[in-house]
Amino acid sequence: MQPTSHAFKQNAHEAIADAKLQQALGFFQFGQAGLAERRRQAVAKLPEFDTLRDSAKAIKDHTLAHLDWYLERFEKNCTEAGGHVHWCRTAEEARQTVLEICRKVGARTVTKGKSMIGEEIAINDYLSENGVVPIETDLGEYIVQIRHEIPSHIIAPAIHLTQKQVEQSFRETHTHLDPARQLAEPRQLLDEARGILRQKFLDADVGITGANFLIAETGTSVIVTNEGNGDLTQLLPKAHIVLASLEKVVPTLEDASTILRVLARSATGQEMSVYTTFSTGPRRAGDLDGPGEYHVILLDNGRSALLGTEFQDILRCIRCGACMNNCPVYASVGGHAYGWVYPGPMGSVLTPALIGVEEAGNLPNASTFCGRCESVCPMRIPLPKMMRHFREQEYERKLSPKTVRAGLALWAFLAKRPALYHRLTRLASSILGRLGRRSGSFYNLPLAQGWTGTRDMPAPQGQTFQAMWRARRAG
Amino acid sequence: MADPAPRPRVGLFVTCLVDVFRPSVGFAAVKLLEECGCTVEVPEGQTCCGQPAYNSGDRADTKALAKRTIEAFEKFDYVVVPSGSCGGMIKEHYKELLADEPDWAHRAQHLAARTYELVSFLHDVRGMRTVNSRYDGTVTYHDSCSGLRELGVKQQPRALLRSVAGLKLVELPGAEVCCGFGGTFCVKYPEISDKMVTAKTDDIDATGADTLLAGDMGCLMNMAGKLKRRAMERGGRAVRVRHVAEVLAGETDAPPIAAAKEG
Repeated sequence: MQPTSHAFKQNAHEAIADAKLQQALGFFQFGQAGLAERRRQAVAKLPEFDTLRDSAKAIKDHTLAHLDWYLERFEKNCTEAGGHVHWCRTAEEARQTVLEICRKVGARTVTKGKSMIGEEIAINDYLSENGVVPIETDLGEYIVQIRHEIPSHIIAPAIHLTQKQVEQSFRETHTHLDPARQLAEPRQLLDEARGILRQKFLDADVGITGANFLIAETGTSVIVTNEGNGDLTQLLPKAHIVLASLEKVVPTLEDASTILRVLARSATGQEMSVYTTFSTGPRRAGDLDGPGEYHVILLDNGRSALLGTEFQDILRCIRCGACMNNCPVYASVGGHAYGWVYPGPMGSVLTPALIGVEEAGNLPNASTFCGRCESVCPMRIPLPKMMRHFREQEYERKLSPKTVRAGLALWAFLAKRPALYHRLTRLASSILGRLGRRSGSFYNLPLAQGWTGTRDMPAPQGQTFQAMWRARRAG
Repeated sequence: MADPAPRPRVGLFVTCLVDVFRPSVGFAAVKLLEECGCTVEVPEGQTCCGQPAYNSGDRADTKALAKRTIEAFEKFDYVVVPSGSCGGMIKEHYKELLADEPDWAHRAQHLAARTYELVSFLHDVRGMRTVNSRYDGTVTYHDSCSGLRELGVKQQPRALLRSVAGLKLVELPGAEVCCGFGGTFCVKYPEISDKMVTAKTDDIDATGADTLLAGDMGCLMNMAGKLKRRAMERGGRAVRVRHVAEVLAGETDAPPIAAAKEG
């Protein structure tokens, strides 16, 4: 997909003016029984949560330090179990590999479990253009697909919509059903989607899922879902394709279990997701079900270039979404404003890391560094610090706006010269203090419209502390 | 916790916003520090901790400012800052910023170990549990992000506020959610910042408190400016906004932040 991250400001402006979106985003406001609150409660019930975070972080740090070794081990064990591993350097290579597999089995339709890598390589558009029909089977993904949108959240793809909008989309899409049917209840929407998807599961020739983990010691891929759609997607068709990026690998089953203990709690506040599915190779002789072929796409797409850099820590991310669930900026503008696949704080690091700071430089800037994302991240990823590193890159490469750089340069020049600085601050404080004395604040200040457009600027008291202090000492 | 030095020398890092906008906060801090047995000095070389440059990606200027601050303050027993974000900058970020210059990194670490946000210094280091002041009003408290998450400032201001005569403390729902200030963020992304401070002022209004306190001038100016604008647009009186040090020190003669002089 064509990113619009460069237009973040405009996207945010439109998002804030969109009343329906704002209604849907009410879910993320503090005090709502949203995902952030559910996470908080789940964490409060598990005294060893912070210790588990340390263990989970250590597992990923270790794996990333020996990534080549674990990936090759995964490949070996997956191949021994009858699977095929496809190393794909770019999104284009991954798309072509998926299409080749689909063509080989003569696929007309493909069912899909939820996969952010699928979004990253825009597999749906590619398959459609090449005559293969992709069908999303996760309810949220299905809703987003019939609306020709993309997910606005990595675990809750349709969270930007109101229930009323979903009902409307179902009525517009499912025209073969009785127009007078009741659809006002979430359960009714769910049942309708399930009824429609059931036949698609049975008809599909290929099933594509993502992977929450790849386990090196067994060559297994793991997915977690709440709807069971992932199981139907991968078990019923002739071929199962797993879309996974390199950093999904962990050494052992035990390691995956450790990380699973923080994953669902951080994401939705569940102790575990409803389904945790382990897949090792295709159907074996004597198995009652399972795909005839099992393929794993191992996608790099810029990740290996992050190893050994100040951005390596983002590769620990397990896509739980806790950072965005707790982000006041995400809660204000929603996920689409970020302009590519990954929104919120993790997206504000991963997007510039993968598609470049020239395109996505806005994202790491659009943060107050409040630090809430890092405080909830189960993998202890220093998100604000990495956003600051991108700001440093922009500054060094002179990508940040000229006015900002000029203002900063002037300010820094003064701040490094205390005597001059104090003379000027005394003057400014005195002038502004006099002008603002009556009302105590300014309704409008030239050069500060960004501030005074929506709030008053408090007036200074009139003298600087340092001048008063000196006077007091002298007197 | 007992302090080894009988009368420690404290260097007050006054912060650029307190210096220019609200010196009364600086004097309130001095009063509190003297009350708990410290000798307070205000070194002249100080300007700004460097946060605006640091968060704008300008590492070279940040380093220059960090070194100035270290030079001006390393002779003191303690450095006390009436701001969580400036305190966090000195205590948490200087070390990392100067990590590739071993001599300076060492000095930064030495300074970090003795740097404290004002209220946590009073409570945790000096063992202050009560203050001798009075404030008649219902007060709510916003936890500024850096103080809360970088320095662990949470219970200390509440504990001391409970000892203020006449003061009733009500909790602010979402007290730990950012107000939308974020330094240059509020002017770089004014619409998002406004959305955030609007949600914050809704929460403040819902408490029914007549006074809002916090420990960071940036956040206070943002919230006070929004509360005042809303009161103007909707009619009615804006919630009074003050730095927590003013109330703890009983120094509340100056009008609240963004408010006109009364009478």
